[in-house]
Amino acid sequence: MTTAGTLALPKPSYLAAGWSLRSWFLTLDHKRIAILYLASITAFFFVGGAAAVLMRLELATPESDLVTSGVYNRLFTIHGTIMVWFFLIPSIPAVLGNFLVPLMIGARDLAFPRLNLLSWYLFMLGGLLAVGAIIAGGVDTGWTFYTPYSTTYANSAVIPMAAGIFISGFSSILTGMNFIVTVHTMRAPGMTWFRLPLFIWSTYATSLIFVLATPVLAITLVLIGVERVWGVGIFDPSLGGDPVLFQHLFWFYSHPAVYIMVLPAMGVVSEIVPCFASNRIFGYRFIAFSSVAIAVLGFLVWGHHMFVAGLSLHASLVFALLSFLVAIPSAVKVFNWMVTLRNGTIRYRTPMLYALGFIGLFTIGGLTGLYLASLAVDLHVHDTYFVIAHFHYIMVGGAVMAYLGGIHFWWPKVTGRTYSEPWGIFSAILLFFGFNLTFFPQFVLGYLGMVRRVAEYPPEFQVLNVLSSAGASILGLAYLVPLVYLTRSLIRPPSVGSNPWNATGLEWGTPSPPTAHNFDEPPVVTGPPYEYENPQAVASQEAQNG
Amino acid sequence: MAEAPLAHQFDDIVQQREAAGLGMWTFLATEVLFFGGLFTAYTVYRMSYPDAFREACHHLYMWLGAVNTAVLLTSSWTMALAVRAIATTDRRSGISSLLWTAALGTLFLLIKGVEYYLDLREQLVPGAGFRTAWSVDPSHAQMYFVLYFIMTGLHAVHMLVGVGAVLVMAFLVWRDSQVTRRANAVEMTGLYWHFVDIVWIFLFPLLYLVA
Amino acid sequence: MAAHLPSRSVYRNTAIVLFVLLVATMVVSAVRLGVFAPVVALGIALAKAILVALVFMHLNRASRLARLFAIAGLFWFVILLALTLADYMTRSPSAS
Repeated sequence: MTTAGTLALPKPSYLAAGWSLRSWFLTLDHKRIAILYLASITAFFFVGGAAAVLMRLELATPESDLVTSGVYNRLFTIHGTIMVWFFLIPSIPAVLGNFLVPLMIGARDLAFPRLNLLSWYLFMLGGLLAVGAIIAGGVDTGWTFYTPYSTTYANSAVIPMAAGIFISGFSSILTGMNFIVTVHTMRAPGMTWFRLPLFIWSTYATSLIFVLATPVLAITLVLIGVERVWGVGIFDPSLGGDPVLFQHLFWFYSHPAVYIMVLPAMGVVSEIVPCFASNRIFGYRFIAFSSVAIAVLGFLVWGHHMFVAGLSLHASLVFALLSFLVAIPSAVKVFNWMVTLRNGTIRYRTPMLYALGFIGLFTIGGLTGLYLASLAVDLHVHDTYFVIAHFHYIMVGGAVMAYLGGIHFWWPKVTGRTYSEPWGIFSAILLFFGFNLTFFPQFVLGYLGMVRRVAEYPPEFQVLNVLSSAGASILGLAYLVPLVYLTRSLIRPPSVGSNPWNATGLEWGTPSPPTAHNFDEPPVVTGPPYEYENPQAVASQEAQNG
Repeated sequence: MAEAPLAHQFDDIVQQREAAGLGMWTFLATEVLFFGGLFTAYTVYRMSYPDAFREACHHLYMWLGAVNTAVLLTSSWTMALAVRAIATTDRRSGISSLLWTAALGTLFLLIKGVEYYLDLREQLVPGAGFRTAWSVDPSHAQMYFVLYFIMTGLHAVHMLVGVGAVLVMAFLVWRDSQVTRRANAVEMTGLYWHFVDIVWIFLFPLLYLVA
Repeated sequence: MAAHLPSRSVYRNTAIVLFVLLVATMVVSAVRLGVFAPVVALGIALAKAILVALVFMHLNRASRLARLFAIAGLFWFVILLALTLADYMTRSPSAS
């Protein structure tokens, strides 16, 4: 470490390496950029959440008495666009990914630090436009912007919102580019592909989607803008256009987008489960390959959003079959996590509770996806609350829980502080309960025929809606509580050691928080990941030997 | 031979160059998908309205399009020569090739501008003033021109950026006492330039040679 | 680094072939090929594109990974086009 006789002052952590605004807003340190993203997506989460609060308040009664239908349309559009593009898609990749990718592979930073900073500014510019669109009265087209309503008939702030999403899309593309090149070229000596943490595999697979899908969304948004401004009919049937073509182009991106939202979450779970089960992950290669398989297969299924839109029967059958196939790699992961848990010694700490919640809720969400992939069933439940429940089980019960699990797991590493474990456990359980109360009734509602995107509904659906709204208030509370205790944890100065969880992985070999350049020298990797010594296995081995 | 300065995140110059190359190819892949959406829309509508597309295409100036194709192919040649020259420390030839490339790109844009002007004069610009004298459904003919203007317009924007980038490179090479330090950056610019040329290579037969 | 680059005459010869292909494109468009016309025209365009990519963009001498990235972009566009056309080409004719 130091040569004999000289005193080496410990290097400051990345948090202490500069206090000016400039050192934060012009930083090139991937860790600081991750923090910038953390602050912004948290803010957007509460914007999208506010829209949801108003929606659930309105839906407590069958009449549209709190807001008019026109306003309700703007609420669900704001909720969808903000939550999808300005919270879920960046959340794990831009916060946890940006922070952890270089650390996990033993690098000093990402391949393109300046592009990384640019990606945050593009994200903020896009977000600014989106918020501007909201202030200008909002958008009422739904987050899906179906034509010709969005291009010809909507009287709302479509262009600013589309522009905001367009710009933030380039933020995604730059992030994806950075991760792909970094993982290919900057792994530490000895860090072969099959020694990479599974979070890196998931992030890499997600980055493939970022790079290949987002440009198609970008051009589609351009076409919406051109049609709206120029008055020409690209997707307008009265001018020879085809609205279904819009849907093809839109969903080519937006289906893989949902894998952008869930793959990183799976990566987080693959890190948490072995640590808190003190067990090597079961089927490492299967999980690694399944991440790539999900990314690739996810590009082949977009038509399942269009079964009732006028897609040909032939194409519908093809898309339905492929949609069934894409469930397989996800199931593989769930089985492997279950086996890892079964043979491990579980510590029920906050990150683990979130990870367990993910596994259960994602499984329910994923299975209901198979219902939707079946043509005959989809005809009945398309555009009902069944679909809403399905994707919220995956995106909220899955992705958001995994995000929170990851935040809690790496909080000591990122901040050098510990949060209050009792409050953590309380919030995780509260969230699980509130989530299920909010969204399980929605499966029933959808199956019984309540359509989505309406402020008014038949009175016989009210009981289930009231349950759902009650659940939403608990869910909201469960999001606020961590905000409070995590922020409070920052009051005390950093006090945590390198590896408070006894986890494996190169990031746990650095100080908490790490220094600006992560590693003084590139670490050398000599063994596989997840070398956990399961006390159960050790005890039984000793019993056998002794 | 002098190399570009090593950025702190890289271990050596080879890693840096490899990363730059992969980064540029990743970016080009995104561009393929970006234009790809338009090519998909074009294919769908051409298959739906073959007669309208054929008639509409007749109004384009095929020879201007052909000349422009020749201009771009030549510019790719000069760009490749520029990359080679700078990598072999031939400063003068490198700068001159870069300037030729920029000039040819500008010529392309000028010819495109002339075409657009002629199209405007013949009421081929979609919108309120679009010509109505068609033997096919005017909205189908208009669809052709909507796609024509968007696709060539987007391509032109990419050309403009490319010309700017090439001029910036020429300036940086001129200013640098050791030109080989800029070799990799010029090569990356070249990759972008050649890609934009490839897009045109496909646009030309699709848009101009329907009949 | 320059040792890896093609010679000036290789570039010149490639440019000549590209111009020949351009002439071929024009000639082919004048001949009445019916339904094969776009196929041939695009085929020639593909040949031009491959030449530009392999020689001018040095894909011939690039790492396997760079070639994979280049092909991946193209392949993904093909997915978009193919599955979209799978819908359009299998629609039954409309009643009107």
